[in-house]
Amino acid sequence: MPIGLNDIIAILPEIIVSLSACVLLIVDLFIPKGKKFFIGGIAILTVMVAAFVSFYIAGAGLTGMTVFSGMFAADGFGFFFKGIFFVIAILVILLSLSYVDTEGIENGEYYIFILFSLAGMMVMASGVDLLSIYLGLELMSLPVYILTGYAKLNKRSNEAAMKYVVLGAFSSGILLFGISLIYGITGTTELTGIATALSAGGAEHGALIIAVVMLVAGFGFKIAGVPFHMWSPDVYEGAPTPITAFMSVGPKAAAFAVILRVFLDGLAPAYDTWYLILSIVAVGSMVVGNIVAIAQTNLKRMLAYSSIGHAGYALLGVIAGGEEGVASVMYYMLVYAFMNLGIFAVMLYMRTTKRSGELISDYTGLAKKNAPLAFVMLLFLFSLAGIPPTAGFIGKFYVFMALIHAGHIYLAVIGILLSAVAAYYYIRIIMLMYMKEPEGEFEFVRSRPILYVLTLTAVVVIILGIFPGDLLSLAQSAAVFL
Amino acid sequence: MIEQIFFIIFAALAIISALGVISLRNPVHAALSLIVCFFQIACLFVLLRSPFLAVVQVFIYVGAVMVLFLFVVMILDIKKVSLGVLVTRRSKYIYFFLVGLAIELIVVLTGGFQKLILDTPGEEVKIEVIGRVLFTEFLFPFELVSILLLVAMVGAIIMIKDAEKEGAK
Amino acid sequence: MFLTYLPVLMMLAVVGAMGAAAVIFSSFLRPNNPYGTKLSPWECGMEPIGDASTGHFRVHFFVIAILFIVFDVETLYLFPWAVLLTDESISLLIFIEMFVFIVVLAIGLIYAWGKGALDWVK
Repeated sequence: MPIGLNDIIAILPEIIVSLSACVLLIVDLFIPKGKKFFIGGIAILTVMVAAFVSFYIAGAGLTGMTVFSGMFAADGFGFFFKGIFFVIAILVILLSLSYVDTEGIENGEYYIFILFSLAGMMVMASGVDLLSIYLGLELMSLPVYILTGYAKLNKRSNEAAMKYVVLGAFSSGILLFGISLIYGITGTTELTGIATALSAGGAEHGALIIAVVMLVAGFGFKIAGVPFHMWSPDVYEGAPTPITAFMSVGPKAAAFAVILRVFLDGLAPAYDTWYLILSIVAVGSMVVGNIVAIAQTNLKRMLAYSSIGHAGYALLGVIAGGEEGVASVMYYMLVYAFMNLGIFAVMLYMRTTKRSGELISDYTGLAKKNAPLAFVMLLFLFSLAGIPPTAGFIGKFYVFMALIHAGHIYLAVIGILLSAVAAYYYIRIIMLMYMKEPEGEFEFVRSRPILYVLTLTAVVVIILGIFPGDLLSLAQSAAVFL
Repeated sequence: MIEQIFFIIFAALAIISALGVISLRNPVHAALSLIVCFFQIACLFVLLRSPFLAVVQVFIYVGAVMVLFLFVVMILDIKKVSLGVLVTRRSKYIYFFLVGLAIELIVVLTGGFQKLILDTPGEEVKIEVIGRVLFTEFLFPFELVSILLLVAMVGAIIMIKDAEKEGAK
Repeated sequence: MFLTYLPVLMMLAVVGAMGAAAVIFSSFLRPNNPYGTKLSPWECGMEPIGDASTGHFRVHFFVIAILFIVFDVETLYLFPWAVLLTDESISLLIFIEMFVFIVVLAIGLIYAWGKGALDWVK
């Protein structure tokens, strides 16, 4: 039999999320406008149930198996990333509740698309076959394309969606080409099969380098690594802010889950082939991201470049490889999700009819008007810059440690130097907030869900910065591929 | 021998019609040229012993995708589009891209790629075989496709539905 | 053998040739007398306002086209499924599989219906 009870249990979280999204599509037809937050509430509930079930499956020892004839792995690695995705989905929905109201884009499908995208990310984290990985990637991206263009009366949103969808389709095509080349070389799309075929001599194949370049291009687009980053500043700026928050952490983490699996499991025997290509992308991302960010006046664009830079740091963890490298990337993605969502929460808290909260100058003198908000902003900026005692420091520290242990001292030195450059533009905002007199009146959204998100992310960023041990050992124990 | 003659005919027609797609000024002509190109590729699939893929090609690309393209062409203002210059000053980058592709082609042809070129055509892939693999081994991707199609459909409706209302305002 | 598909190709060629022949031969036989009224797209009716090619089509056509594509792809999966249904060892299983597949897409159809994407006049 090609399908049994084990298969169903393994994908139960995915089933819950997608089934709930399907049902909500119908339910949404009967919910009057103005009451759509109801859908958001059910969506949060769904994610919680899925998280609970995943937790149960992971705890009940049902992990460590591939199901659906090697398409899907229920392993600790997948569950760790799914945990990150659940947190991201819940926080983004909470952030959206008041924003969609202000922007007049309140719509039930908004939350449903987040659920669909979540389902796609979950498939990506667990996919051990290039085919299911590709389909998961598409399922993740399609809703994000649509959400980017959600503010239909906004020209920038339209432009962003257009750019994103065209370039996204192009990168998917390149990725598919790479996958078919890999299939041509190894005769399989299963990651373990690819590894076997490559170590049996396929690694010397002349077409492998082209296949690897195409895979790097396809996945590099999703993590916005240089030189596949062109879309990200415009799309980040144009998309509705909670969606920007979502795509800066969600698809990025999912793509890193895939990159870790594909490159360190399937393509592991071809390490010499992809090591240099990924190093170029990593160093390029850190250089371009961190240096161009200095010149930005729009906070969203600045965060886009900062996110390019962070993709570069995380790629360093992939290059380091081994259990330590994988664990460092996993931890980095978790930390990055919290600190980036936190900073977007601050931005959304400032988003009123008078101010967009998107310009860096909007934050001038914030500390005099709202000291707690300025303090959490300071916390997130410190964390993004990698200053102790915040979680961002620990995340970067472990990536660099893994890199040094793996013997890539030069890359580590470049990374450390560039994070010093990065600190400049983060601290510039802190200077503006604390050293300057406020200009004009300040108004805040005072939405309770955003306050919850702010509190949670701030507390987590501090706790993970001071006591990283437990989660790090969890990541290390999960950093084994099936 | 006879197979090679057919291959050359189909391949040549495919390339000529593909050139037509990018060089014809009138979008409707370009779309019709694309239909010809898709047809030739379907014929190539038959030569590759995959009649089911040939049917898929005709069904999806010639049937459905072309309908979509033609609707887009109809919604656009053809006169304006065909008069406009689509390739601007930036076209010099295209030459870099072309040089890159040429280098890639040389690498492919001189590298160990010959291993992939099959000298004897394999057995014809029967539709039962495809079905059996699709519904047992590839069951998970298959069900995933249904959700993907659902998202695409809902997304298209969302994007267009309200745009229509705004257009009416 | 692939030559079994040769009749299909020949039939396509004959169809194309007949179409071309109809146009070519009739151009020899028919009288050639074009004038403005005769060349207008709608001979007996209202005067056309502008060109048909200036984008006066409703974007609604597009929704229908997208729905068509989605269900077209669905039909395509039905082919190998239908061929395989006679195999009793897996027929029940694949029946359920296809049922799930169709239900998911049916949700899309219900959604489109509920949203009024299928209504033509508003």
